Amino acid sequence: MKRGKVRKIQILAVLLLATTLTWSGCAKKEEPKATYKIGGIFAITGPASFLGEPERNSMELLAEQINAQGGVNGHPIELVIYDTEGDATKAVLNTNKLIEKDNVLAIVGPSRSGTTLAVVPIVERAQVPLISCAASVKITTPVKSWVFKTPQTDVMAVAKIYEYMKGQGVQKIAILTVGNAFGASGRQQLLQQASDYGYEIVADERFGPKDTDMTPQLTKIRTLKPEAIICWGTNPGPAVIAKNMRQLAIKIPLYQSHGVASKKFIQLAGEAANGIILPTGKILVADVLPDTDPQKPTLLKYIADYEAKYKIAVSGFGGYAWDGLQILAQALEKAGADRAKIRDQIENITDHVGISGIFRFSSHDHNGLNKEEAFVVVKIVNGDWQVIQ
Amino acid sequence: MDLSSQILQYVISGITNGAIYAVIALGFTIIYNSTEVINFAQGEFVMLGGMAVIWLDGISPLPLGFSFLLAVLAVTLVGIALERFTIRPAKSSNPIALIIITVGASIFLRGVAMMFWGKDSLGLRPFTGSTPIHFGGATLIPQSLWVLGVAVVVMAGLQFFYKRTITGKAMRACAFNRRAAGLVGIGVNRMVSVSFALSAAIGAAAGIVIVPITLCGYDVGIMLGLKGFCAAVLGGLGSSLGSILGGFLLGVLEALGAGLISSGFKDAIAFFVLLLVLFIRPSGLLGAKEVKRF
Repeated sequence: MKRGKVRKIQILAVLLLATTLTWSGCAKKEEPKATYKIGGIFAITGPASFLGEPERNSMELLAEQINAQGGVNGHPIELVIYDTEGDATKAVLNTNKLIEKDNVLAIVGPSRSGTTLAVVPIVERAQVPLISCAASVKITTPVKSWVFKTPQTDVMAVAKIYEYMKGQGVQKIAILTVGNAFGASGRQQLLQQASDYGYEIVADERFGPKDTDMTPQLTKIRTLKPEAIICWGTNPGPAVIAKNMRQLAIKIPLYQSHGVASKKFIQLAGEAANGIILPTGKILVADVLPDTDPQKPTLLKYIADYEAKYKIAVSGFGGYAWDGLQILAQALEKAGADRAKIRDQIENITDHVGISGIFRFSSHDHNGLNKEEAFVVVKIVNGDWQVIQ
Repeated sequence: MDLSSQILQYVISGITNGAIYAVIALGFTIIYNSTEVINFAQGEFVMLGGMAVIWLDGISPLPLGFSFLLAVLAVTLVGIALERFTIRPAKSSNPIALIIITVGASIFLRGVAMMFWGKDSLGLRPFTGSTPIHFGGATLIPQSLWVLGVAVVVMAGLQFFYKRTITGKAMRACAFNRRAAGLVGIGVNRMVSVSFALSAAIGAAAGIVIVPITLCGYDVGIMLGLKGFCAAVLGGLGSSLGSILGGFLLGVLEALGAGLISSGFKDAIAFFVLLLVLFIRPSGLLGAKEVKRF
């Protein structure tokens, strides 16, 4: 009996201890934990607003969802978002503001390659993790210790197009690139990789981001008799080019970059959009992906949530910021409010299924994507996308 | 394709763009003649015309021609309001202050357009078909003919207005000497108002005809305005004929430069020409007198 009594007391003691612990646990939970401040800098207005606006929307949507589920380890996420207007000077000012005034743990953005390259030296000096939403491969090559990016690189996009063209028996190509950082980076890749695939670039033309007539460039291209034209730009230039090609009755295939992968492009180019081939992230064709695709559920959920909240069609661009904040949230979970640890934890993410692909970061790869998973090749048929590779 | 038909193609696309530059330059000229102000909101009239017609065409079942007229009318009212509420209250200021006011007005109009129509570029169907017309080894689309046609109508109409109507003659009198015109009973304020209305209307018409070719966004006005300004200076500020000549010359030079030299320098060519003119012949090709104030 004595033994039983001791046992009872032991159980009671354990129970008591457990209750106090739970109680104190409860008490701790009721006290709100400090917020995790995350910065965002996007081209919300200005010429690249088609990037910045969905990016801001996506980031706000995700932060809302994370906070509704209790935040990261109980810490709510607080966003501080500024507009760069697509302008490098404003991007630099706002980055400084985020770091010095708002004291954020990490930054998502900027939206454009040019603005990103402008703020890279700042975050490197201040040692703040930055997850860029811009395309250029120069952002993460060579690897900069504090800079990551979520969009597919133009290296992958160019490789994907060149690979597809190989099967089409094309030898001579003309390239037509826009005169900004996106176009310059694409142009460099197109020129660099052409020899790997055995293509001859017979024309290397450029156009201004605001140009409204590209018939001179196309006329010149026509005289050089290429077998395909690759255009590298963002709206509205590429739509004008598609129209100008109809106008000049140029019948060779036109390839575009992922920079125009949105319904907007089809609307702008109208009838002239048909037949254009381009690489794009899977988000445009999410509903026709095979069910075995690991990204399909993530994509469909994102699209549904986005369209339910903002009542506008999703574009391929908001996903960059969505992935950025998802990755940061994962890193924060393990690292807590410590910039250096967040950086280390991002490098440790090796299987994150995101919108733009499956991210496998490492100390020598701060983009984490590969071209097989990140891109599909689509053709515009009757004003809609059709997956062809 | 041989070089001659290649050059023909450049010239055709140059003339199409040049016609637009010429019409915008005429807008600058009209206002400059009556107020000695360079209206940097001229490009915004073009943008407003384009955006308004796209919007009207989208919301109304009416034929495109009706949307065209309505859009021109709306922008004309904007032009009159611009003069009435920004230029007239500051009338006593020197031209530089007035010019800066127009710069402010252009930023304002751009902002309003962005809020109202959004930030994306929009397009419009061509007026009549899109089957290219072959023409001596080169091609052009029917819309280019519309552009040229509208430009010619605007130019001829303006000449008629200036030479044959009382209001037109009164405006010329104001341009020649405002004080004297006032003394003989011409309502100078009304003439200034008419000049803003006129230049807004023709800017809007230019904006509307090019939309099917070039698309239109809230921010297209800056570049078009600057090109029109280049054309006006090239031809000689204040000279109608000079503006027309300057516009076509600029368009063709740009197209030839982009095609034969390098497409990377397309915009640079326009501004290089502007600088050259300002250095060598500041009064422009057909400018009668030295430009006093600049």
